[in-house]
This record gives sequence, C-alpha cells and structure tokens, in this order.
Amino acid sequence: MKNILPGALRISLGAAAVGAMITASGAAKAADPIKIGVIAEAQAIAGASIPQAAQLAADEINAKGGVEGRKIEIVSYDNHSSSADSVRAFQRAVNEDKVNIVIASYISEVVLALEPWASRLKTPFVTPGAASNEISKSVHSDYAKNKYTFHGYLTSAALALSVCDAAKDLLVDKMHMKSAVIMSEDAAWTKPLDAGYEECLPKIGLKVLDHVRFSPDTTDFTPIFNKIEGSKPDVIITGISHVGVQPTVQWKNQQVPIPMFGISSQATNETFGKDTNQAAEGVLYQGVSGPGVAVTPKSVPFAENFRKKFGNYPSYAGYTAYDEVYYIADAVKRAGSTDADKLVDALEKTDWEGTIGRVQFYGKDDPFTHSIKYGKGLITGLMLQWQDGKQIAVWPKDVAKADIKFPSFVKLSN
Amino acid sequence: MIDGFAISALYALGATGFTLIFGVSGVLNLSHGAIMVAAAVAAWAAASVLGVGTYAGALIGVAVALLTAFATYFAVVKPIQDSRRIPNEEKEIFVLTGTLLWGIMIQELIAYFFTNNAKTVLPIVEGVVEILGVRTPQNEIFTAIVCCLVIALLWLLVNRTRTGKAVLAASMNPRGVTLLGLELTNIYIVVWAIYGILAGIAGVLLGMFLGVSSYSVGPLTASAFSIVVLGGLGSVSGSLIAAFVVGYLETLTAYLVSPAYRTIPALLLLVFVMYIRPQGLLGRR
Repeated sequence: MKNILPGALRISLGAAAVGAMITASGAAKAADPIKIGVIAEAQAIAGASIPQAAQLAADEINAKGGVEGRKIEIVSYDNHSSSADSVRAFQRAVNEDKVNIVIASYISEVVLALEPWASRLKTPFVTPGAASNEISKSVHSDYAKNKYTFHGYLTSAALALSVCDAAKDLLVDKMHMKSAVIMSEDAAWTKPLDAGYEECLPKIGLKVLDHVRFSPDTTDFTPIFNKIEGSKPDVIITGISHVGVQPTVQWKNQQVPIPMFGISSQATNETFGKDTNQAAEGVLYQGVSGPGVAVTPKSVPFAENFRKKFGNYPSYAGYTAYDEVYYIADAVKRAGSTDADKLVDALEKTDWEGTIGRVQFYGKDDPFTHSIKYGKGLITGLMLQWQDGKQIAVWPKDVAKADIKFPSFVKLSN
Repeated sequence: MIDGFAISALYALGATGFTLIFGVSGVLNLSHGAIMVAAAVAAWAAASVLGVGTYAGALIGVAVALLTAFATYFAVVKPIQDSRRIPNEEKEIFVLTGTLLWGIMIQELIAYFFTNNAKTVLPIVEGVVEILGVRTPQNEIFTAIVCCLVIALLWLLVNRTRTGKAVLAASMNPRGVTLLGLELTNIYIVVWAIYGILAGIAGVLLGMFLGVSSYSVGPLTASAFSIVVLGGLGSVSGSLIAAFVVGYLETLTAYLVSPAYRTIPALLLLVFVMYIRPQGLLGRR
C-alpha cells in the first residue's frame, strides 16, 4: 500500500500543479521587482556611498513608475572590506535573495575575488570603483566565461592617462615642471597604474627620478618624504587609496616643499578636509566628479540630492553606482528581460549619459573588454584641488573654476 | 634620528602603562590599542567636529581614555577576577579573551560612528625647525618631550609617593599589601587610572604625530605587546629599553632598507630574544 492514489489521478494532479505554478510565475513576472544586490564597504567613506547612491537611483526610477511596471529593489550587504565576506555575500545574493545583477565594491582585490563567482553563478556584475586592469583583461582573455563582469569605473591604465593628460596641461605647459617621483601604495590596482605612469610621464616631459612603493599599512611617512625630497623632483605623482589622510597630514606637518598630484582616492571625499584638519589644502587629485562640477547636466542635481538625503556629498564610487543603477535599468528595458545572457548583451550596448560623462563599454576585441571607455566626449576625468577647505575643479578647462594654488610651504622649483 | 626618538618615546609611553597593569594586577590588557585609538578619535572629534580647540580636545581625548580604562576594569576585568564560577587558573585566559573582545567592540564602534578612515588630531605646536640640516616638525619634538616628562613623572610617582609605593608593593606581593591594611582594589583602581592617562596621552600624541584609524587597533596592541615581551613582562625599565630598540630598528629599516619592510626586523629580534632569553631583556621570571 505504498501508493494511495491511482496512477491516472496522480498524473492529472501533477499536471494541474505544474500548470498552477506556470500561471503563478507568469503572473508574478510582470510585477516582479528587478533585484540589484549591492555589496560594499559600509564603514569606508568611499564604499558607504555605494548602497546609498544605488538606493537613491532606485527610488527615483521607482517614483517614475519603475522599468515597464517593474520596481527596482536594492538588496545591500556590508562586506567589511573583506574578499571572503564579499564572496559569501555574492553567493547569498544570488542563491538566497535571487538578485538579477550585483553592484560591488571599490577595492580591486575584492572585485577580482568576485569575478570568478559572477562567471560560476552566471550573474551579471558591475563594479563602481575598483581600478585594476586585470578585471577587464580577464573578460577579454576568456570572454565566454567571464563576460558577466563589467568594469564601471576607469581602469588603472585609463587613470594614469587621465593624470598624465592633466599633468601636461597644468604642470608641464603652465608651470614648466620637468621631473617627478612616483609615490604609490603596494596594491593590485597600483601595479598597472605605476606602469601607466612610467610610460606616459616621460612622454609629456616629466622625467621620473624615483619610484617609491610602500606598504598600505604604513603609518609614518617621514622616511618616504625624506627619500623623495632627496631626489629633488618638481612634483610627487601619487597613487594612493587605502592611505590618504596620514600621508597628507604628514606632508603638511613636515612641510614637504613638493606638490602632490595624482590619484588620492580619499581626497575625493568631502570629509577629507576635516579628517586631515585641512592639511589637504593644495592637494591635487584626479576624480570623475566633484561637488558643483557640471561634468554633465546630471552631475550637480545628483550630488545635491544625495547631500540632502544623506548629509554629505557622495564619494567617487557613489557617482558611478548611481549611474550603474540607471544603465542597468536601461539595459533591462532594452533586453525586455532580466535573463543574465540577454542582460549582458544589452549592457554591452550601453550608451548612457550619466553623472560622470558618457558611459560606453569596450567590446570583445578591445584589450579592456567591458571596461568603460576613456576619451574626449566620453569620460576624461577631472583634476581637482583642495582650496580653502573645498574641492575645486582645475582641469579640464571647460569645467575649471580656479587656478592652481599651493600653501606657502610648497616651493616650486621653476 | 629625531623621528626615531619621537616614535620610540611614544612606544615607550604606550608600553609603560601596559606593563604596569601586568606587573601589578597580572592583567594583559588586549584592548590597549582600542583605548589609544578611542583617545585619538575623541580628541579629533572634539577639536575638529565640535570645535572646542586643540588643548581642550587633547584633554577630552585623555579623559575618554581614562573612562574607557575604567570601563575596561569594571565591566570586563573585575567581574572576571571576582567571579566564583571561573576557576582561578583559568582567569588569565578569560581576561585575555575578555579584553580582546572588548577591544574589538570599541574598534567596531569607532568604525561604525567615525568610519574606518584615518583621523588626525590637530598638533598643539605647528611649524618646523631645522636641526642639523634636517627639517623637523616642532610637534615631533613636542611629542618626545611630553613622553619623557610623563615617564619621569611616573617614575617620581611610583618611587617617591605613598600611593606609588603601595602600587610597587602590590606588584611584589599582593598578599603582603592586604596584610598591611591596604585595600587591593583601591590600588588596582589607581593603577588603571595611571594606565588610562598614559594610554590617553600616547593615543592623542600618536593622533597628532601620525594619525590613527580603527585599523590601527590591532597593530597598536601588537606593538605594545611585543615591546613588553621583549623588555620582560612587568618590567617598566625593560619596556623603556625595548621601546627604543624597536622604535629605532623600525625607523632605521624604513630609512635604510625600504619603508615596506619596516616592522620585520623588530619581529625577528623578538623571536630571537624569545629563543635565547625567554623572560625578555630585563624580565624577572
């Protein structure tokens, strides 16, 4: 007496159940939210803006009726700046919370750890802030497997180009500088950045006298600055992100007479002035956006709305995360589905004017597949300077608001 | 060289409090780094966010360290020492774990409220002077002087006052002290107060000199721990010597070899000393 029900009845019941399931899922589809998982470093200033900006974009899209009737739902996870926590969050997002796509992290090491998981779980994945070249290089080298990963921020190679382009106009042409020392932290993203610097700085006329790489947990920068000063460069070209406050404060306290110019991610945060007790005065840093800088008509309204809602201006990764939610929504609309492969196809065709410029991705045959395109008319980046406690754009010319000026202890050699 | 001296003096100040606590009450306080960071962040928040001024900010930082030290003693250490359910021989392990967890709690709270970005305290004295052709921030000299003064004061306190002698006696023979009619708990409170002030001053000075973030908690505890172990647990003068050895070794490595390898020689030295003289340079046991 194992089977209570006769065979025929079982089959018809089963069919009815399957039928019910099909209709149920069909009906749910129209109203199903588009779920975006956001994995970020909630305790770091750069990372904290990511879920906030994504939520802001989702709220705006939902207020206008969502994407063809479907709302956008942001599911966020704090990764404590750890790769292991991020991988767990990614698995949970995909397997338990059934997200359609993931936006994650500003740390290259974390993104490189997540990339294989995007491939294994076949879930599209965009990073708003990591920079390592390896992210998009792996997409290029094994496209079929890694095509799910998109690099929604400039690669280190592009960042180096952006710094060099700005340095040519500002330092070489205007101030007649001739030499530089590269100072960067030892991390995945700075290896290609340093290679980029070494290649492009001599081309624009800045001789590289020395190259100092230091551990990201360095706290005392005195020896580093002493060493740099010893080679008497006109400028220090920076590549720092994990550190920022400490070298800047010590630069000021020790009155290092050489200006700092380059990538300094922490300097992109509005709180940097306070964190350093205004030692940031005169620091020049590359950015994709800045408060009050109208890179596109969308930049300023976004920054202001963000500030209204969260009390501070977004970090650089906030701008990119905000844009990402918008072009993901746009891609879902064009794909007509949240199916992973269709979404990847649609994302590849992205042509979206966001807050940082016009976003397009490099294709399958470019070396940096799925990374955002760098160039005039697309995204060029900005050079900003801390002046009187504010972040002021000084390059390129069309958005520049002021000339460069330095605190009195900086002695320009020319 | 002055850089090395300032760093060493700071290490010495931090480690002295740490070793004092161990010498007197046998407590290895693994929340040491967290208390220092709490002091620095409090000084930063008071001076830069609330705008109370540099001196008041520094005082608030020290006060916060004092409060946190008391909280550590009353909320974490004392309940474990008084507990009847924990066997005596296991209490040290419980104190270690308890203070470690307490330190992590403080660290996470700081990260939650103030983010894990580094903060720097506004220096009390600004500007630089040339010493033998080396441009030296006056704040660095100030740091070194304050550290030496505080250590000298501590020495006077311990060796020349009644309270100090009681503290010293308690570290030698706690039972004898109680037999003399002194309340051991009161001595512990005095020691924790001294410790809180020392850690607070060290934290605030560190915030001015190098800057701290919630990430500094672990390395700070570790450096105090290794200095104290190197110098001999419980030996104040051993800690002082060890602090200068470690401070100079680190600075010299950073200057002569590479800033990336800064901490490695000091750790190698620690391993070496442990191997040939497990009780540390001036250890008693």
